[in-house]
Amino acid sequence: MSLFSEILQFVFTGLTIGSIYSMVGLGFNIIYNATTIINLAQGEFVMFGGLIMVFLTVVLKFPLFVGFPLTVIVVMAIGAVFERFAIHPLRNASLLTLIIVTIAASILFRGIAMFIWGKDPYSLPPFTPGSPVMIGGAVIMLQTFWVLGTTLAIVVLTTLFFGKTIVGKAMSACSFNPMAASLMGIHVRKMILISFALSAGLGAVAGIVITPMSLMDYDRGPMLAVKGFCAAVLGGLGVGYGVVLGGFIVGLLESLTAGLIHSGFKDAVALVILLFILCFKPSGIFGSEEVSKIKKF
Amino acid sequence: MGKENRRAVFILMICLGIFPFFIRSDYYLSIMIFIGINAIIVMGLSLLMGYAGQISLGHAAFFGIGAYCSGVLTVKLGFSIFTAFFCGIFLSTIMAMAIAIPTLKLKGHYLAVATLGFGEIIYVIFNELLEITGGPSGLSGIPSIHFFGYSFKGGWRYFYLVWTVAILLLIFSLNIIHSRIGRALRAVHGSEVAAQAMGVNVSQFKIQVFVLSAIYASVAGTLYAHFVTFISPSTFSLFVSILLLMMVVIGGGGSIWGALLGAGILTVLPESLRAFRDFDILVYGIILMTILLFMPEGIFKGLTLSLIWMRKKW
Repeated sequence: MSLFSEILQFVFTGLTIGSIYSMVGLGFNIIYNATTIINLAQGEFVMFGGLIMVFLTVVLKFPLFVGFPLTVIVVMAIGAVFERFAIHPLRNASLLTLIIVTIAASILFRGIAMFIWGKDPYSLPPFTPGSPVMIGGAVIMLQTFWVLGTTLAIVVLTTLFFGKTIVGKAMSACSFNPMAASLMGIHVRKMILISFALSAGLGAVAGIVITPMSLMDYDRGPMLAVKGFCAAVLGGLGVGYGVVLGGFIVGLLESLTAGLIHSGFKDAVALVILLFILCFKPSGIFGSEEVSKIKKF
Repeated sequence: MGKENRRAVFILMICLGIFPFFIRSDYYLSIMIFIGINAIIVMGLSLLMGYAGQISLGHAAFFGIGAYCSGVLTVKLGFSIFTAFFCGIFLSTIMAMAIAIPTLKLKGHYLAVATLGFGEIIYVIFNELLEITGGPSGLSGIPSIHFFGYSFKGGWRYFYLVWTVAILLLIFSLNIIHSRIGRALRAVHGSEVAAQAMGVNVSQFKIQVFVLSAIYASVAGTLYAHFVTFISPSTFSLFVSILLLMMVVIGGGGSIWGALLGAGILTVLPESLRAFRDFDILVYGIILMTILLFMPEGIFKGLTLSLIWMRKKW
């Protein structure tokens, strides 16, 4: 393998991981946009997505096109229940308490997943069977295209949702000023519920498409959440396209570090970037200083 | 420090003082030692959370820095225990300042995120610097503490050492809370804008409290390393940081006594959960969620409130 094809290989791996981080980051973004809460249980939605999909398609033998939407719906329901039972009762608590509640939820979700599925990692068959494609000497699994395509679709859909639909616009209004939003007739509590369900659904999609490539186990959530969060902060929390680009940057840097320097430092890369961004441009690459000033976080 | 607190500290000292005379089993003594070590970290975190209104998701890293400084410097470089101890504190202070100065000047909870990242980086470093830290398999053969030829080996001697340090830090923390700094911090927690208007330098106070809590964790790290004499990265992972945070929440942020209670409960709990070993995460999750939803002020305040309620009733 020449150096070129090796680097190409790392780039493709990076883009694949990057899409997952982008989707997790977008999930953070949606909840943040509606509530300014940082939902640290975001990674658990990804984990649930993967594991429920395994249960539906491998154990119950549902076909892909049934299992996929069903999984997303189940995980969205989990997100909604979480909002109703944990976030909603504490609506008058401080942001600090709410962030801690999401940590508690993350532990609880992991506990439930371990209770149901145990500690073993699970795998899914790829969506389309077939041998990998060779591009410029790099081996690319067919699933990679599914991951990239899904990310693209999600990005387009969320951009349309927040930019064009009335519900999406109402949700953004809640993040800037919930009081003013409710005065304009926006049902703030409903928006928050929708945001949790949507972001859980996004996480589930990420989990479903990545499981055939990287397996899934109960303990995968926290690291995904951390990386997705890095992506969101890097691109600029609150800026949709920024978060997606942030995810790809984190994924690429991570896979290049793992390939060219040392695989052990892979996990540290995203976090070093995060610390740098917080030091030098806390609003993120694409975020604006003015906007971040008027927000709570 | 207040009359009630002084009395409570006095009672606590007597209880702890006579403890080893009644309980001689090494097992119970070592649990008490671990409670002491955790209590030291949790007191610092409680100051940070309850009084500066910030959370740290990376305190296990400072705990680890203290432990590894003591371990590596005494085992590999032959430093004295004292020097290694102060090196740990020094390093933790520098690191804490490097994180706190940029992030605490910002509004909001960037510290939580930065400490989360910092904790993971330190964890990776402990794992990867094989020659220095021993990597995932850990570092062993750390000497036990001795002053002027008097060795603190054995359960009850170390018990007294750890709890002496813990009580000193407890008195120190209580004094901070009831001083000008403490009042300033409570003002910050109440309303940053109002505090600022009254002339409180908000970000400077927050940075100081964060550094102080990092030093507490580092001290605890040193005590841990010399007691267990073996350290490995898993003791300082993200889950431990979260566990420490849980101790504060369960005890109730903003109360040093609550912090002690939280440390006690969450150190004893895993021991009594041995029976369903694999489901400890589930149990932790349920407990934490229940307390957050039904006693958001923590067990300590929750119990005090229900006691008052009961007194009124009868």
